[in-house]
Amino acid sequence: MTDAAIQYSGAPLPEVTTGTRATGWWGMVWLCVTEAMLFACLIASYFFLRGSVQAFAAEGGHYPSLTLPIPMTVLLVTSSGTMWWGERGIRRGDQRRLRIGLALTFVLGAVFLVLQGIEFSHGLHGPTASAYESIFYTTTGLHGAHVAMGLLMNLYAQLQAWRGHFSAKRHLTVQNVSLYWHFVDAVWIVILTTLYLSPRLW
Amino acid sequence: MTIARGNLAGLAERLDAQWSTPHSIYGWFATVDHKKIGIRYLITAFVFLLLGGTEAALMRAQLARPDGHIFSPEVYDQLFTMHGTTMIFWYASPMLSGFGNYLVPLLIGSRDMAFPRLNAFSYWSFVLSGVFVYVSFLAGAAPHGGWFAYVPYTDATYSPGLNMDFYALALLFLTISTTVGAINFVVTIFTMRAPGMSLSRMPLMMWSTLTTSVASIFALPSLTAALIFLELERRVGFRFFDATGGGTPLLWQHLFWVFGHPWVYIIVLPATGMASMMFPTFCRRPIVGHTYIALATVSTGLFGFGVWAHHMFATGMPLLSTTFFSAASMAVSVPSGMQVFAWLATIWAAKRHVYSTTFLFLLGFLLLFVIGGVSGVMTASVPYDWQVTDTYFVVAHLHYVLVGINLFPVIAAFYYWLPKMTGRLLNERLGRWNFWVMFLGANLTFFPMHFAGVRGMPRRIYTYPAGMGWDWLNMLETIGAAVFVVGILLFIINVIWSLRAGAPAGDNPWGASSLEWSTTSPPPEYNFDVIPVVRSREPLWDAPSPSPEASIPDYRVLDTGRRTLGTTVLDGQPQEVLRMPGDSLWPLAIALALAAMFTAVLLASVVAIVITGILVLACAGGWLWPQPEGAAS
Repeated sequence: MTDAAIQYSGAPLPEVTTGTRATGWWGMVWLCVTEAMLFACLIASYFFLRGSVQAFAAEGGHYPSLTLPIPMTVLLVTSSGTMWWGERGIRRGDQRRLRIGLALTFVLGAVFLVLQGIEFSHGLHGPTASAYESIFYTTTGLHGAHVAMGLLMNLYAQLQAWRGHFSAKRHLTVQNVSLYWHFVDAVWIVILTTLYLSPRLW
Repeated sequence: MTIARGNLAGLAERLDAQWSTPHSIYGWFATVDHKKIGIRYLITAFVFLLLGGTEAALMRAQLARPDGHIFSPEVYDQLFTMHGTTMIFWYASPMLSGFGNYLVPLLIGSRDMAFPRLNAFSYWSFVLSGVFVYVSFLAGAAPHGGWFAYVPYTDATYSPGLNMDFYALALLFLTISTTVGAINFVVTIFTMRAPGMSLSRMPLMMWSTLTTSVASIFALPSLTAALIFLELERRVGFRFFDATGGGTPLLWQHLFWVFGHPWVYIIVLPATGMASMMFPTFCRRPIVGHTYIALATVSTGLFGFGVWAHHMFATGMPLLSTTFFSAASMAVSVPSGMQVFAWLATIWAAKRHVYSTTFLFLLGFLLLFVIGGVSGVMTASVPYDWQVTDTYFVVAHLHYVLVGINLFPVIAAFYYWLPKMTGRLLNERLGRWNFWVMFLGANLTFFPMHFAGVRGMPRRIYTYPAGMGWDWLNMLETIGAAVFVVGILLFIINVIWSLRAGAPAGDNPWGASSLEWSTTSPPPEYNFDVIPVVRSREPLWDAPSPSPEASIPDYRVLDTGRRTLGTTVLDGQPQEVLRMPGDSLWPLAIALALAAMFTAVLLASVVAIVITGILVLACAGGWLWPQPEGAAS
């Protein structure tokens, strides 16, 4: 083995609490990975049922309406934007932008959940009607639960933001809440594509 | 900035003041020391081994002779289900997590894990989920659907009662514990290695821990999904698995085994990693093929995700899938074979063999691994699998694999690392007896099962009529089981003897090469007073430098506050200083709140679920609320 020298300038090493070198950020990345696998399993179950069960395929022309999911998608994508805008703010130490960004994101996410509630109460048969409804409600419901969790995390971050806990150098909570929120939004895009759009394509 | 060596006086006292946990009831519950947590994991997992072993012994008592009727079929079902569930989930994996928790920071030259509080939470939720599943015996409703819980046997129609709800909820609870534990290992290994420990110099046990942790993060969600489906189907009437409602029972099998087969590697790879640490010590030379073993470990973990359906050859899958999974399963023997040959070459090329008890257990492990591997290749062949599926041949195979590649290295690891943990050696004479009795017992128990299987004895039958040609085989197996129990008892006696009268171990009793042997036995709470520097794969075997360093950079000292060093992922270059959190009761609180929530779900009380759910969130909020010092958790 060659003796690769250890590089050290002599200056004290930084105490990093924010950014992609913080251990807390790594933890959130792996949490998102394992959650992504959970949704991958749900999506795979959907296609497995759709591909292997005759009765499931025969539900044919019975795909979910797009009237609500399209505005819901717009809401979530916009909320990712407001979250990003707020996080960019605190990176420069802008407390006000962070607070506004978090609050806007919260409102958009909450409206998404309300629309999902309306969809659930008006849409299909109940989740116990057949395997199709079971997997549909479980996947969208679990995603809704993740949105709700994202909103709680958002509230928690706001509570600290309004007390001025964050600064340009120290805002790991914001960073993690934001990462989780973007992840939940990305999952929604996958759900939209599979559960809502794919039955119309093949 | 550097500190002159002469100015390090009083360093140990300063670090001790920062890192030590008060000796009080509070300290006992609040500690986040990875070594204490690791030892707790080891003890708890060993208790589960004894529980699962007791269940096995009871089954062997029933099967000793034909027409045995000590237990009713209902009780026997609970025994085999709890035996499998306990051993797979609450013994095999947590035992390795215990060694991992204790050893990872020591092996990489760090002062703790990346998330010490998460580590404590991981332990508390592991032990509480185990209590949760064992309470089912008191309720007279222990799980009874087999450890892989196939529907429709386990749906509400064929399995009314709380039995399978205990199973599903306890496993969901345990999944949380295992996932956060795995994330903790990955982040620790990626960011906290000693300066100079590039990936290529990382000890092999770190490669196996990293592989299994990543595999857990990817595999466990599939089990989570399956269990959520099962509970929704049983409790609320969803119809994922109900053929009359457009579902299919095969969905359960796929989801379970997409998790289940990677899990098999998750519970053996860390043990092979430990073996790769121990072999060089007793052969007095570096391991042969370090890089190849690392590659084989990672590729076994990857292959593990592509072989799940070999558990389902008898379900009538399309020919193409069957062929693919058969070929993939056989391909696993390539990386496994690479590891075996690397160990054999290490033994072959040894400078000197040290026939300690550890080494004997490792040799036993090699032999059992090969036998289990060969029967694995046999069952990977589809026509043969059709012949022996659900017979004792499969039971023989899986026990050779799990006893051989998990239990034997684990006992070897106890003989090897317990002196580090307690500061006292085990008795070598008793150790030899321990090995030979266990080795004889294991083979006597499990080898005849191959023949019983080929002769058509189905697994999981609670009794059998005389004259099937299985009588003497079963008697032999039961005698073997009794011998095996004696072997385990000898081990327990040895541990107790060692704690009372064992010879002092010293820092490095085996003359080993890895960093954990450079600190005291047992190590101080901060592990290393000066964080070590690594210049090769065998740091303690390096020639000592002609003159000790006159001055030490301050990032290796860090004696103000609980702090340790963060390094770069690939090269292990010093990068940042990490502030570590102190003792806390929140991990225990949130684990208790989760236990309450799972109990509420078990009892299907909506009010209780809401209240306990809020409690869980409140605990999480309290845990994460910023500390005045700004300590990260």
